[in-house]
Amino acid sequence: MARDLAEYLRPQVKITPFCPGCGHGILMGLVLRAIKDLDLDMDQVLFVSGIGCAAWIPSPHFAADTLHTLHGRAVAFATGAKLFNPELTTIVISGDGDLASIGGNHLIHAARRDIDLTVICANNMIYGMTGGQLASTSPLGAKTSTSPRGNPWRPFDLCRLVAAAGASYVARFAVTQPLSVMEAIKRGIETEGFAFIEVLSPCPTQFGRRNQMRSPAEMIERLMELCISLEEAEGMGPEELEGRIVTGEFVHG
Amino acid sequence: MPWETVESPFPAGSYYLSGNEAAAEGAIAAGCRYYAGYPITPSSEIMERIASRFEEVGGVFVQMEDEIGSICSALGAAWAGAKAMTATSGPGFSLMMEAIGYAAFTETPIVIVDVQRAGPATGQATRPASGDIMQAKWGSHGDYQVIAQSPWSVQEMYDLTVRAFNLAERFRVPSILLAEEAVGHLREKISIPERLQVYCRDKRPGAPPFGTEAPDGVPPMPSFGEGEKLLVTGSTHDPWGFRRTDDPEVHERLVERINRKVLDHRSEIVEVEAYHAEGELELLVISYGFTARSALFAVEALRSEGKRVGLLRLKTLWPFPEGEVAEMASRARGVFVPEMNLGQVAGEVRKYVSCEVWSYNQTNGEVIDPRTLIEEMRRIL
Repeated sequence: MARDLAEYLRPQVKITPFCPGCGHGILMGLVLRAIKDLDLDMDQVLFVSGIGCAAWIPSPHFAADTLHTLHGRAVAFATGAKLFNPELTTIVISGDGDLASIGGNHLIHAARRDIDLTVICANNMIYGMTGGQLASTSPLGAKTSTSPRGNPWRPFDLCRLVAAAGASYVARFAVTQPLSVMEAIKRGIETEGFAFIEVLSPCPTQFGRRNQMRSPAEMIERLMELCISLEEAEGMGPEELEGRIVTGEFVHG
Repeated sequence: MPWETVESPFPAGSYYLSGNEAAAEGAIAAGCRYYAGYPITPSSEIMERIASRFEEVGGVFVQMEDEIGSICSALGAAWAGAKAMTATSGPGFSLMMEAIGYAAFTETPIVIVDVQRAGPATGQATRPASGDIMQAKWGSHGDYQVIAQSPWSVQEMYDLTVRAFNLAERFRVPSILLAEEAVGHLREKISIPERLQVYCRDKRPGAPPFGTEAPDGVPPMPSFGEGEKLLVTGSTHDPWGFRRTDDPEVHERLVERINRKVLDHRSEIVEVEAYHAEGELELLVISYGFTARSALFAVEALRSEGKRVGLLRLKTLWPFPEGEVAEMASRARGVFVPEMNLGQVAGEVRKYVSCEVWSYNQTNGEVIDPRTLIEEMRRIL
């Protein structure tokens, strides 16, 4: 990671735990750049995460208070910490399986309450750490270790879900759009109320190799192909939109 | 010093309260300022009382989406500096089990009031039972300890809730009040003291928050926002909180310490009360919770007939008062354990006594009638 971010990392941590080609390392850097840009005091920032690869983005790497919780419960833990000490800038970073499947109930209720949290969901569309099982965000037809013939179920649109639940800020970008991700994180932190940022992050190890994208570069290219902006999506019909990923700010102040 | 004498936030005096109301007042008196809960019979009055009283004392109350969210948000608040609590009953207690293990392993103080109802499953929501005794100790996976107390009166719903907070904070451990519906909904006179002793969190800036030199020590507990850059994790961790999930020594040392810090301090934790239990006994009754009220009545009735019977009342259930049970039973020809379950504490008693142990087990959702116990004891004698 760039030397100018060293002060935001624990000196004991030398390397990231992520696989080659994983998008989570990019996201890790973007979160810290957003914090640096906002000039936040890391002693007043709390990072909360659940279980899974993305939960390791803050814990143990970030030089701040970090709370690595139970699978699915990061948002509930964060709710208690934030409500008791509103001075803490509380940022949840976790994966799609953790936040939206096992933890889906806490996610929508925190959005409904409009608790002042920033939730960053690293969405790799699969259970990475446990061996590439089907997620509630896996695209239709995706091959995973538990859908060898292709995923028969529709995926969640997490941004629509959280927006419908009442969040104050909702955005989706891919790690292939780094400046937009960083800006969205900054706007999320500055939002008074519940902010949700879905960040698409490629998993070559579990997703790519099962779905004809053998190299990390192929996954990045595919992600760039699939992602379109809200403006581009406006003029497109349902057939054209099929399989595309709409990125942008869906709810903002 | 961690122990402080504080004024009661509720005016001292005599009151006529329900057990659930008394538990809420005990929590507030002990310094509880975060409560998260989910409605469930027969514990809901605790949450209702907290919801109205917390505004006056500056506490944070939130009704969560379920019991898992309730306990997890309370654990998050505990690390943000709160004395935190939740209350529930059987089905909700079952949902909290994973988080109780997390609290034990991360050494997060938390008070959980379980107002027991007749299970399993939905069972009889408005009926009493003592069916969660083993669950309280063994419900989460792995080897860990909790502290559990068993109140028999409205007064003890207050007193033992205060004590539950002090023990949770002193030992950084989940502290459970195993009440029964009958005591939660009982109304009787209680006395609120003017002042009480409360344990305030031990802070030592810069010290490791998850390890001690002693194999049975309790580390100090910092809070978020104090510049300690805390690393809290439910994975196996070293004294500073770094994950060490492949290190057999770190795991073994941590598991040993979170168990020994409770078991080696039994004398500070365990409380029992003996009634009419001097000298040699024909029969020793060992009882706890609401059932002990009937047991005391039965013991006194038989003593008036000249029978040498006595009662040992267990106010603490976990860690189990094994020394007290063994000592008293050594002076008795037999032991009798009546319970509103199928013998959960009787089984534990059998581990520590050499005389014969009789059980009386009732799981019909009714409290045990003292006349039934008199009959049972006559039969044994």
